[in-house]
Amino acid sequence: MTTDVASTSNGAPAQAPGVFTPEGAIGKLVRVQAFQILLVLVVIFLIFSALAPTIFPQWSNLRLIIQNMSILAILGIGMTFVIVTSGIDLSIGSVLVFSGVVSAMAMRAVGGDGLPTAGLGILVAVGCGLAWGILNGVLVAKAKVPPLIVTLGTLGGALGLSQVLTGGVDIRDVPSILSDNIGYGNVPGTTLPLISLIAFVFLVAFGIILHRTRFGLYTFAVGSNEEAVRRVGVKVDRHLILVYSISGGLAGVAGILSLSQYGTTAIAGQSQTNLNVIAAVVIGGTSLFGGVGTIFGTVVGLFIPAVLQNGFVIVGVQPFWQQVAVGFVLIIAVYIDQRRRLAAARGTGVKRRFSLGNLVTRRK
Amino acid sequence: MSTGDVPVLQALGISRSFGHVRALDNVDFEVYPGEVVALIGDNGAGKSTLVKALSGSLALDSGKILYAGGEVTLSTPAQASALGIETVYQDLALAPHLNPVQNMFLGREVPKPGLQGKLGFLDNKAMRDRSRLAFDDLGATVRGLGDPVGSMSGGQRQAIAIARAVNWAKGVVFLDEPTAALGVVQTKNVLETIRRVRDKGVGVVFISHSMPHVMEVSDRIQVLRLGRSVAAYKASNTSMEELVGAMTGAIGGDK
Repeated sequence: MTTDVASTSNGAPAQAPGVFTPEGAIGKLVRVQAFQILLVLVVIFLIFSALAPTIFPQWSNLRLIIQNMSILAILGIGMTFVIVTSGIDLSIGSVLVFSGVVSAMAMRAVGGDGLPTAGLGILVAVGCGLAWGILNGVLVAKAKVPPLIVTLGTLGGALGLSQVLTGGVDIRDVPSILSDNIGYGNVPGTTLPLISLIAFVFLVAFGIILHRTRFGLYTFAVGSNEEAVRRVGVKVDRHLILVYSISGGLAGVAGILSLSQYGTTAIAGQSQTNLNVIAAVVIGGTSLFGGVGTIFGTVVGLFIPAVLQNGFVIVGVQPFWQQVAVGFVLIIAVYIDQRRRLAAARGTGVKRRFSLGNLVTRRK
Repeated sequence: MSTGDVPVLQALGISRSFGHVRALDNVDFEVYPGEVVALIGDNGAGKSTLVKALSGSLALDSGKILYAGGEVTLSTPAQASALGIETVYQDLALAPHLNPVQNMFLGREVPKPGLQGKLGFLDNKAMRDRSRLAFDDLGATVRGLGDPVGSMSGGQRQAIAIARAVNWAKGVVFLDEPTAALGVVQTKNVLETIRRVRDKGVGVVFISHSMPHVMEVSDRIQVLRLGRSVAAYKASNTSMEELVGAMTGAIGGDK
């Protein structure tokens, strides 16, 4: 007979019938989609390591991967918050461009190559991002326009205004302090890209906010049952505006980082960014229907496309296959999410919506 | 002074119309501390409208609401909550992805002491302990305080919703058809809960279509019909036939 070490925990938890339910903390971990997708990432990593052991698993290559995904990670944070509230933000790529353009123009106007100029550029970029985010939030929360439509509109608006401001010609004047340090510099004394450390700090900070604070709890609650949250007196509209502001503000941060890394405003270069970020967030286990998600999952979800892209190039597969592979991973991830939601709904009779229409018709 | 003398919540001549429909027509209603009042009536009688008006979810066209003898304006559910009026809605209003503790304290989270609390960190242990106490207090068997509410049975979710309302209600609890979707044992638990809440000195307003449950648990029964308050009875000296008669308009009851 075993001793009752195991049974002193919380007894037999109620589970939806028909679902494989391992017991205990490890079981819980296995059921988390972010963990499942982490296993997929590990498998992909091991396969490429076996195929190209002298190149793929080397630090110089891994460094390249994390450097390339740092900007997307910053955007992924905001997108995770927004999708957890059962919203969507299509405008991030355009807001990134707009923030970069206005920031570059401001820095060019004051001139100089030093810290004050760079500081101004950073403030302007973040300010522009916040402004677009607040606009998105107010339209979603107060005007009750569905987030898909609001951010589709601001996607066009921000990109169009960027082209109006520049006449469609990219600005290539970036203070060298930005490009040398943030763009391609390392953390002093290491070979870790500074841009990746910046992204990591943001990930940790916002991960704590989402998973440990009241603000994060309300973010999940609003995505779970907005009406219930409203009834207990939480200022839901204000919260939604803040969440979209976070997304916009981080797009502004990404704007200055992109400017530093690429040395150009790259107006035409971000048309797929929103969809790539949304795909990563969803692959990482954040539910498009709200109420579920982790920052950690988003990071894993970003790694999969990045590692596939990098690995395919190294092993000599046409990198176009990366898009095909990511497409399938995305669909499988959402399929798993749907299965889980169906199982939960069967178990309890919770009223659930299964169409993407939920994104278009915001709950009242 | 006995607390039983002043109604904890009183409505005087309240009216509300939706277009040409008078959903509430000059209705008087009161509930005393430590009393269970059943609110009955056919569909469309105005029960839910009355509850909404008294819990801050609906504005009035005319009439007064008094809380513990003083006139109040209830324009949001949060205002009603602040006074000590809680409502268990038919749809329960729980967040399915949050756990029972998070639902229990939603909007009233306990912050950690000191700086951490000011930064928005929450004292999850304190909330868990207090939730467990509240559930035990009601005899509610809520297992898995860390599991999402959405994965639980209807009875468990009902228990959580009622426990939440009861835990925060200092004055009045409204229960809108709390037994409608429940089995025999769970219904018994809910009725037992209603008695316990009453014994704590809280006024309970209980809406139900089930006459046996109404007879079993209520002290007073108020009958609404077509937006009017048509009759009020002491539960001890009325009969099911009389109640049904008053609800359908077959007899005009009086106090």
